[in-house]
Amino acid sequence: MGAAVYFGSIGFVAIASLILASLAHDSLFEAHSWVVFIMAMVAAIAGLRVFDPECKPKPVDGKYMDSVVRAGVIATVFWGIVGFLVGLILALQLAFPDLNFDWQYTNFGRLRPLHTSAVIFAFGGNALIATSFYVVQRTCHTRLAFGNAAWFVFWGYQAFIVLAATGYLLGVTQSREYAEPEWYVDIWLTIVWVTYLVVFLGTLTRRKEPHIYVANWFYLAFIVTVAMLHVVNNLSIPVSFLGSKSYSLFAGVQDALTQWWYAHNAVGFFLTAGFLGMMYYFVPKRAERPVYSYRLSIVHFWALIFLYIWAGPHHLHYTALPDWAQTLGMVFSIMLWMPSWGGMINGLMTLSGAWDKLRTDPVIRMMVVAIAFYGMSTFEGPMMSIKAVNSLSHYTDWTVGHVHSGALGWVGMISFGAVYMLVPKLWKRDELYSLRLVNWHVWLATLGIVLYASAMWVAGIMQGLMWRAYDNLGFLEYSFVESVEAMHPMYVIRAGGGIVYLLGSLIMVYNVWMTIKGRRRDEVPMGFAAPATA
Amino acid sequence: MDYEALRQFADSWGLLYLVLLFVGIIAFVFRPGAKKKYDRNAEIPLRED
Repeated sequence: MGAAVYFGSIGFVAIASLILASLAHDSLFEAHSWVVFIMAMVAAIAGLRVFDPECKPKPVDGKYMDSVVRAGVIATVFWGIVGFLVGLILALQLAFPDLNFDWQYTNFGRLRPLHTSAVIFAFGGNALIATSFYVVQRTCHTRLAFGNAAWFVFWGYQAFIVLAATGYLLGVTQSREYAEPEWYVDIWLTIVWVTYLVVFLGTLTRRKEPHIYVANWFYLAFIVTVAMLHVVNNLSIPVSFLGSKSYSLFAGVQDALTQWWYAHNAVGFFLTAGFLGMMYYFVPKRAERPVYSYRLSIVHFWALIFLYIWAGPHHLHYTALPDWAQTLGMVFSIMLWMPSWGGMINGLMTLSGAWDKLRTDPVIRMMVVAIAFYGMSTFEGPMMSIKAVNSLSHYTDWTVGHVHSGALGWVGMISFGAVYMLVPKLWKRDELYSLRLVNWHVWLATLGIVLYASAMWVAGIMQGLMWRAYDNLGFLEYSFVESVEAMHPMYVIRAGGGIVYLLGSLIMVYNVWMTIKGRRRDEVPMGFAAPATA
Repeated sequence: MDYEALRQFADSWGLLYLVLLFVGIIAFVFRPGAKKKYDRNAEIPLRED
């Protein structure tokens, strides 16, 4: 029965993609039809193995459905490396423009959305899907609802990533930041995302635990809000149902505001709420003590929900957006200081009475650094949303630095912490291959971010000051290209930070790989000095 | 409903509704006697593996 449905739908998709390829109105839509066809063929071959009755019986998962979480952890690590690597290439391209190679497929403009989507949606998204499936089962004491629907969510999401990524390289884009995929990919993601919501809600309703633990609130808010943002932001009319181009339903400043309402809440609900769900489960779990204040976690939740959604207009200061809307965005951004810092304190104080663990457990160290970066970037963000500050920082690399202290520091490091906790659990190992390698990862990642962020502060403020410098006759002091030239050393330092951060994550790949293989590194435990050699 | 009417509703009744809802939620969280319940809820992740 399962096999019939599986191969039936793959056959349908394969035939439909061939028909679409032959009828396509433009070469990009045709190319994407072929991408779908190839994915269907790969799925068919994989299905032959999965459904082969001769194959050895599949290991049963036990109480919880962990197989899909295992796949999610591997996907997280894989896409993380891809995203960081493309980011490094972009950083090098900015420092040394020759690296664009004068070729459309390696041009900065096409690689940039590949990087942002790879780190946010492929790395971050897989981390969120995997951990949410893990956490909801553990805190509700029940198995994921609707059987293999979770697998559909996982593979459907990977298909979305492949379509988005190939599209960027080929030149398919609707030019909306963090929402570049065109209408047909958006529709596919909507189907996958609604299934995700149904699986998550279904699992919550089946819970054996009367109370829904707060981490699940954050995950649920993330899923629901992203569904809403995605649908509204991508309302558009395709030029042809057989073509890759569409036009937004909104025009002018309304379109800009819709876009930034989406993009800022992608930060608020994808990169913040979702990862806070991670924090509220994995930090108490690793510290082996309950969260500092459960009440504060609920206040944190509702304050974020009520405030974040209004902050988007701060991306449109000094534009055609009405002044009152700009001020509204600024005021709500500043109010966000309170819940953000409340949440940070809640996370950090969970360790009160167990601070000694920082000395011996680099996984805790990783998560504490992540929470510290959450505090720093949520302090910096509201400050930059103040109009007077924004007039200096906007359109400069300061913004880029801010985004990366949040993304590399908070999102990246809390995810690494979760990966380090999940791998031994999911593959039934006592501990990681090496805690000392985790320690290396913590410090390399931290050093990478510090290099990155400080270089971008300097570059951004310098850029902002050069752009607004006038001579005594009222003429601009510098041409734009002079500011570009002045930033070269900072761009080189930034790329250096990227190399160091990538190096740390490669150490993680090795550590995860060896842990899955069941190996343990022969090493002096953390917190002990190496024995003196005679 | 045109834009003006919608906006006026949003910045009067809509605003009042959201503020009261938010304040109500916070007040509810800090109701006396709930501490034991919240302490129990905080233990959920630690209860099994």
